[in-house]
Amino acid sequence: MSDTKKCDHHVLHKSRRKVLKGLAAGIGLIVLPGREASASVWESFFQKHFRELSRDELKDVIKRLERDYSKQYAKQVTVKTTPPIEGVRYGYGLDLSRCIGCRRCVYACVGENNQSRDPQIHWIRVMQLDKEKGVDLSHAEHYYNPVEVPEKGHFYMPVQCQQCEKPPCTKVCPVQATWKENDGIVVVDYNWCIGCRYCMAACPYGARHFNWGKPKLPSNEMNPNTHYLGNRPRPKGVVEKCTFCIQRTREQPGRYPACAEICPVGARKFGNLLDPGSEMRYLIENKRVFIFKEDLNTQPKFYYFYAT
Amino acid sequence: MKTRKYAHKILIPGACVLVQLLFVPESYSSRVKEFDRSGQLVVTEKTAAELQPTYNIKNRQSEKIFPVPRPPFSEGIFPCSQCHAGMKPNPQRRVLKDYHEDIVLHHAEGQRWCTDCHNLLNRDKLRLVSGELIDFEESYRLCGQCHGDKFRDWKVGIHGKRTGYWNGDKQYLLCVHCHNPHDPKFKPIKPLPPPQRPGAARH
Repeated sequence: MSDTKKCDHHVLHKSRRKVLKGLAAGIGLIVLPGREASASVWESFFQKHFRELSRDELKDVIKRLERDYSKQYAKQVTVKTTPPIEGVRYGYGLDLSRCIGCRRCVYACVGENNQSRDPQIHWIRVMQLDKEKGVDLSHAEHYYNPVEVPEKGHFYMPVQCQQCEKPPCTKVCPVQATWKENDGIVVVDYNWCIGCRYCMAACPYGARHFNWGKPKLPSNEMNPNTHYLGNRPRPKGVVEKCTFCIQRTREQPGRYPACAEICPVGARKFGNLLDPGSEMRYLIENKRVFIFKEDLNTQPKFYYFYAT
Repeated sequence: MKTRKYAHKILIPGACVLVQLLFVPESYSSRVKEFDRSGQLVVTEKTAAELQPTYNIKNRQSEKIFPVPRPPFSEGIFPCSQCHAGMKPNPQRRVLKDYHEDIVLHHAEGQRWCTDCHNLLNRDKLRLVSGELIDFEESYRLCGQCHGDKFRDWKVGIHGKRTGYWNGDKQYLLCVHCHNPHDPKFKPIKPLPPPQRPGAARH
């Protein structure tokens, strides 16, 4: 009896020592080897919310990210934090009478914005709809793959983030990792996102996408011109979305978004809604315009229109 | 006093002549009388096409010049005069056999023929209905004669593709960069691959 007791105690004693040893070794592993790499992990873990970072802290964060990305992708990567331009509210126009559903925009976006190739993430989804049915989502098909487009009797409706004036996605975020900027762009702080995917459930446009796996992004295809709130490489477990190519459009002069630039039929329009001379204002004032799921009162700044 | 009394007798007919000079249309003769620089009267023969009534180009609001890339000429085809210079112009509607057989006119072909848009005498120029000759870089003005609504939209950047900077310099494309002027309907193209179905990659 006493023997067994002794034995039990012995086993327990031994295992506790083992646990302590293991713990020490574990902590040592984190702290000691590869000091630089682990410091990065440590710093990103304790990084503040993007909007609470002081100027100096932000500088450090950007320096760290640029160092990490440059190392990972073996090229000089810049991470910008360009703020919104005063007096600018972005709007997007898409001419449904022109779109032929060729999906050039989808892949231009993937290339520009560093989406994961595998698991595949597309920020733009092109729906094929029946001309007879109109914008009726129960007849939408986005896996269409004929030899040539457009197909007879169909029209095409690309959907991406609508940059709502009243975005339901930002309201539901439990940690405020996503918000609407002053120029109207809804952004995500990938370092603050906890991956709960509430925003994806709240978005009526299916415009938010989750990194289910570690994003695979070949170095030679990686776009090194990035923005903190836009196309910088994302970690696993965060949500991402269209930002109207924030890394391009917030510049002065700012290039058109990649999707607008590639469109072979010129169906995509972009401009400043506050500038009465912009093409956006012209099309809103002169063309037949509709906003998608208007009844939800999300007030998108993405305007579908018919030029003819 | 006397001069004042008779002043109207000179002024009124003078005004009438002036009004007549301004508003009476030129007669449509093929002989045109002009004074050259030294004051010599020169009579020239002009073809009916050259005599077509035109609106006063001087008073026309000058069109803004749009920055466009080089027109998409077939290789080695421009300037047209390199071949046409030595040829006798033939305005007859006919089936082309020796050259340009590849051009199939499918653009209101019932009402139109080459020389409605291409100038008969100077092949390196296009010709507006007004008789004005324009460069190929300005061909949007030619298309805009019929497609005025599209032209209006194109100018403000709604019809057609415009690249460059949304808040800076913009690059326009000519109509003919997307539409073959002889067969303008946009041709179908192959779509890029559809997205993967969820779960398709997991195995």
